[in-house]
Amino acid sequence: MAKKSSEKGFVAFVTDIISWNLSGGIGYQLYLCLLAAFMVLGIYAYFVQFNLGLAATNMSDIVSWGFYISNFTFLVGVAAASVMIILPSYIFKDKDLHKVVIIGEVVAIGALVMCLMFVFVDLGGPLQAWHMMPIIGVFNWPTSLLTWDVLVLNGYLALNLMVPAYIVYCHYNNRKPDERKYRPFVFISIFWAFAIHLVTAFLYEGLPARPFWNNPLMGPRFLASAFAAGPALITVVLVIINFTTTFKIESQVFNKLRRIIVVSAIINLIMLFSEIFKEFYLPTHHSLPAVYLYFGLKGHSALVPWIWTAISINLIGTLTLAFNPGNNNPKVLFPACVLLFLGIWIEKGMGLIVPGLVPSPLGEVVDYAPSWVEVSITLGILALGIFVVTMLIRPALIIEQRFQAE
Amino acid sequence: MDVRKNNDGQKQNINDPLQSKTYGRREFLKGAVKAAALGSAAMVSGCGTGLLGSGEEAALRRQEFFKKNYRLMTQQEKDETVRRLERLAKIRRGADVHISSQEPIAGALFGYAFNVTRCEGFMECVAACVKENNLDRKSRTQYIRIFEMEPGEMTPDSGDGKYYHEVPVEDHFYMGVQCFHCESAPCIKACPTTATWQEPDGIVVVDYDWCIGCRYCIAACPYYGRRFNWNEPHVPLQEMTKKQHYLGNRMRKRGQMEKCTFCVQRSREGRLPACVEACPTGARVFGNLLDPKSEIRFVLKHKKVFRLKEDLSTDPKYWYFID
Repeated sequence: MAKKSSEKGFVAFVTDIISWNLSGGIGYQLYLCLLAAFMVLGIYAYFVQFNLGLAATNMSDIVSWGFYISNFTFLVGVAAASVMIILPSYIFKDKDLHKVVIIGEVVAIGALVMCLMFVFVDLGGPLQAWHMMPIIGVFNWPTSLLTWDVLVLNGYLALNLMVPAYIVYCHYNNRKPDERKYRPFVFISIFWAFAIHLVTAFLYEGLPARPFWNNPLMGPRFLASAFAAGPALITVVLVIINFTTTFKIESQVFNKLRRIIVVSAIINLIMLFSEIFKEFYLPTHHSLPAVYLYFGLKGHSALVPWIWTAISINLIGTLTLAFNPGNNNPKVLFPACVLLFLGIWIEKGMGLIVPGLVPSPLGEVVDYAPSWVEVSITLGILALGIFVVTMLIRPALIIEQRFQAE
Repeated sequence: MDVRKNNDGQKQNINDPLQSKTYGRREFLKGAVKAAALGSAAMVSGCGTGLLGSGEEAALRRQEFFKKNYRLMTQQEKDETVRRLERLAKIRRGADVHISSQEPIAGALFGYAFNVTRCEGFMECVAACVKENNLDRKSRTQYIRIFEMEPGEMTPDSGDGKYYHEVPVEDHFYMGVQCFHCESAPCIKACPTTATWQEPDGIVVVDYDWCIGCRYCIAACPYYGRRFNWNEPHVPLQEMTKKQHYLGNRMRKRGQMEKCTFCVQRSREGRLPACVEACPTGARVFGNLLDPKSEIRFVLKHKKVFRLKEDLSTDPKYWYFID
């Protein structure tokens, strides 16, 4: 609170952020145009879906959740994973990770925005969404797990917006943020991060109708895979920042992130092995979804190449990060993290949702692949997420660099 | 089953669709909040077809948009929405429909039994159901599925649900599946807006207009009992069943969930569901579980009955039996 004279105020804060975001080289402008193009594509595809109904997707009464919910499920994990940086930097006072904690928080915000968008575009009656709002609608809480998910996702978004916004705003005005003001919220957000992922797992885990999901390991596995995929994505973002901006990331940061990823990825693989053992040692009627996923069933095998690709690149990524051949060289970490991220994306997205629904409760097997509308809307939402992350990270880094320089 | 009196003859006053309703301050504020929600939703979606227009149809649709969950409506509000829906059907499709909001009859708890020995797979029940319940012809929605089974199995998983040949086939038997109206139904627990619930007479219903189309109930149902309107459902006017119920066979819209309602529009009047009436072999039994003299009670008492997936403790009110 020392330098009252340098207080610039909120209006200057907002205008500076906007002008920083709009200014940049030709490469940056092209990048923004590309993102805008994908978002326009997504809006157009949503317009088509809005007019046709969800018939514009390839979902059916059997595969009633598809590409949207798959991406939603995976991205909840990415959002929750920022806790792996928040926890050491705020609680254990880790100096290295503290420098990049803002990036972890921003990635979480982007992921949460995408999650909420994916749920929204999946609704059959988007204009009726207010029926779910407390007071003006009927919020079936605590009975329906979906209402829990709405609460934890929005709460986590609020927490992740509030704390970094306060800290960055204080730094912008060249004063030290008051720890007593934000520390309680950091504590809450740590528990909240576990909650968003466990609640999302319970959404599936709580359905005896779906033996593939009705599995107590699902919650813990969600956490393990998220704590691998999330920091992997944050590493990717850090490598990009390291090469494209003046904000340099120390090798020590990469090393700490790498260790977090390796431990989580190995726990994830152990749990995967445990699940596969259970399904195939003495296969029962309830193993049919797993048979469908890994080997195909009744001539339907749309997911088989995907899941084996996922497991292979997951293993390659994990082993590369574990043995660390490049000695934390970002050029080695980057592809390894991308592979691990994509592997978990396939496995915990489509590889989790579709086999939960196939075979149907009456034993019918169908294949599912997203339609062009689903793919376009998904690309649009991903572009929106990347756009949000970019728009938040650029000013945050500029402010942080200025604050540290003074 | 006993014959009950038809008490839904009060729907004649359709001349005043705007229903000069007096708004209190509370209602006004609620409306304002909802309007804000609608405005933002319409902006996100890029269009709010006709919702903000003028004229009688637009006014009716606006009032329909802001109505409550059916269970929270007073009888007057129920009557009003029914009148609006009837008027809208007239304006938009020229259909003279008659929508009932008849309440459950006291002392009734409906149950269903399916005679596996008798069914020969003619699918008359399916056709009757499609006709009675105004199911979408475009996507060929059907509430009832009939599975052709080989001896040695007693679950539809092993059966063929898509046969296109002459029936009955030698050495095969047939099993019908539809919504089982479970006493502890997982779909009801799943719904985030309480758009689906169990009525006092045991029928699990959907408030179509309150459903937001999240499809969590489909994921929760272990019997494939629920159907979603992926496209705008279409029924040719001349084939439409005009006698409808708010919770039953009235026309649905795209993006809404629907399911078998034991033909609530018929069963609450003491009539049999369309599938039971249509069955040429008498394989389908329907009745009041609380009436000791009903046929369903006779079946439960004297036949060897079983239910599907008992291990899930859903407690269906739908039994199978063998003669």
